[in-house]
Amino acid sequence: MASQNTTALEISGLEKAFDKPAVRGLDLNIAGGEFYALLGPNGAGKTTTLRMVAGLLKPDAGEISVFGSDVLKDPIAARQKVAWVSDEPMIYDRLTPMEYLEFVSGLWGIDREIAEKRSMELVDWLGLQEQANQRCGGFSKGMRQKVALAGALVHEPQLIILDEPLTGLDAGSARQVKDVLLSKVSQGTTVIMTTHILEVAERMAERIGVIVQGKLVAEGTFEQLQELTGKGKKTLEEVFLDLVEQDDAANAELAA
Amino acid sequence: MSGLVTPQPRFGLRWFANHEARLIWRDFASLVTGGKPGRMAVVGLIIVCFIAGMHVFAAYLLGPVVAEGLVAGKSLYLTISAALLMLFSLMFSQAIESVTRAYYTRSDLDLILSSPAPSHRLFEVRTVVLAFQTVMLSAFIAAPVINTLAWLDGAHWFAAYGVLAALGVIATSLSILLTLGLFRWVGMAKTRLTAQIMAAVVGAGFVIALQLIGIMFGQGTSRLSLLLSPETLAAAPKEASGLWMFAKAALGGVWEWIALVAASVLTLVLVARFSARRFAQDALAAAGVSEHSGKAQEFKGFRVSGSVRAGLRRKEWALLRRDPWLLSQSLQQILYLVPPAVMLWFSYGEGGMFYVVVPVVVMATGQLAGGLAWITISGEDAHELITTAPVPPRTILWAKVEAVLVVIALVVAPFALAMLFFSAQIAVTLIIGAALASGSAVVVQLWFRSQANRSLFRRRQVSSRAATLCEALVSILWAAAAGVALLNPLFAIVPALLVMIVFLVAWFIRPAREG
Repeated sequence: MASQNTTALEISGLEKAFDKPAVRGLDLNIAGGEFYALLGPNGAGKTTTLRMVAGLLKPDAGEISVFGSDVLKDPIAARQKVAWVSDEPMIYDRLTPMEYLEFVSGLWGIDREIAEKRSMELVDWLGLQEQANQRCGGFSKGMRQKVALAGALVHEPQLIILDEPLTGLDAGSARQVKDVLLSKVSQGTTVIMTTHILEVAERMAERIGVIVQGKLVAEGTFEQLQELTGKGKKTLEEVFLDLVEQDDAANAELAA
Repeated sequence: MSGLVTPQPRFGLRWFANHEARLIWRDFASLVTGGKPGRMAVVGLIIVCFIAGMHVFAAYLLGPVVAEGLVAGKSLYLTISAALLMLFSLMFSQAIESVTRAYYTRSDLDLILSSPAPSHRLFEVRTVVLAFQTVMLSAFIAAPVINTLAWLDGAHWFAAYGVLAALGVIATSLSILLTLGLFRWVGMAKTRLTAQIMAAVVGAGFVIALQLIGIMFGQGTSRLSLLLSPETLAAAPKEASGLWMFAKAALGGVWEWIALVAASVLTLVLVARFSARRFAQDALAAAGVSEHSGKAQEFKGFRVSGSVRAGLRRKEWALLRRDPWLLSQSLQQILYLVPPAVMLWFSYGEGGMFYVVVPVVVMATGQLAGGLAWITISGEDAHELITTAPVPPRTILWAKVEAVLVVIALVVAPFALAMLFFSAQIAVTLIIGAALASGSAVVVQLWFRSQANRSLFRRRQVSSRAATLCEALVSILWAAAAGVALLNPLFAIVPALLVMIVFLVAWFIRPAREG
């Protein structure tokens, strides 16, 4: 797996506009094996950025490289290394988790025996044994998220991107997902996650990036962000709100 | 608490009716404008022009018939009754579909059922609204004929609107009772599927049954030729029979009309009262049941092979096979293949029927391919998974197209084989025609592909009218080409050229695609 010396994700000058600019000249570097949390208020451009990394959106400008593979110039090579998990798990209601994992393994070209073994392990690991051969149609949100996560892990990606993976999960399922992610990071996998649950980012992420109005306004470890905002901020919530306020104030000043 | 005023609830019938009316209007507006309110004026104009055009067409068809004189008697009663029965089958089909949707539409039911409002009130209103929608549909279809007859033959024909309303009300009442029955007979989980398959069969059933009887008794596929044959007229009930009540009411018979309308209103009131409470209980029960609950599958081990395309094809077939509702919706076209199949069987040894059978099969396969292509290409439920997979988009699209074409080949094969017994040329014409129609429909779906959920299948026709129109046009034109090719292959050049023109237009108006 990747070491901290390698660069997992390199973004430079990334731009994307819909009706108005969503991402504005974003630069970002994430090291291999790092757990990175991307925070920001609603509409800040987090999901847009990550969807561009996953190849789901085409940037207007800028470059994205995943473990040295250019997402725009060599998308197949880049996708081979990446797994994308969205907040609304998109799985097939009429396939069973095992069939879903078989299908994903086929897409990523995993050898049959390896795929089957990994799938069994993942199903056990995520506590899906009982539902392994039942169709996903009647599954709860937590179970669907676990199936989607298993799909993301079955091809052993070097970079896992998760967009709000804990939204709507009960405490048990959320704990399971967090444990799986931490375990993968300890094995050298890089994880990038957006979340509005700031305690999770504070506890799990090695580095945190704060994005506001399409720009990265602060980045660093939790301690570095505390230092940056100063004034005795204790929690990430306080730090985050302060950073967002600062940016709003700066924008208002510029506008004036 | 003495100083507080408890807000008075406004759960009256009128309040619910207003709420329902607003929802229906917005749903209709969204449906016809594709979610763009600015288009309403244009759409309204198109609808007016369409209705006017249908009136002109009806006048063209009915003018000579009325000029000869419409005499009340067995043949007129039989024609009117058959037309009403056909509309009734359509209304019944529509009503079954609407009622099941009312049970399974969870978006507002959850809110209403969890509110302190008496939900049976809402369901009473909803029953009336369902009946109204059903009546409006048939009135829209029948209006050009009724209005034209009233204009050419006399205002008494306007009474037919009352008969349509009565039939719509009866169809809705029956469909509610049927749905309530299905909840008990087949269980919550299977009610929707069973009802929707019944709706499809009922909707097409009457027309197909008439064609089948016509074919079997040597009358061809013409509905009227069978209905007005001397044998049918002789076997029909006497003119004084109560069975002609509907026809007589449509012709302006006062007592028949009053009896029919009164009976239908009474039926609706009774059914609405009876079903409203059951409706709420069943809707709550339906909420707790997954339509496709976790049915255990036998795990046969992974079949991951080196071919991504094979995996994608297998996935598409498994999803189609396991979604009987979607399959029943898309395979409705196969129902229309039943009459030509029977025709083929009964006309063994005759050559003329191929001019009917070949185009029908070609047209049906084109439509079927379009539906299946939409499901596999646009209706990809795990769009993001597929997009982020390290597989070239071209490979994915090809696999999906292959999955569709294999299904089409399976449908066409029995017809082609049967025709091979008559003539190799006819079988080859059918195969080429079906291949071109299917391929063209798939190409249209590729050009107009969008990202949608499979559950939106029934709305695919309004989400892209251009795609629907192009798909229908190419299917019709290839059907025509196959038909005339049987006479002389050179004649097929004209419809083939028209297909090229449709393609050219489709290419220019296809939506822009990122990347």
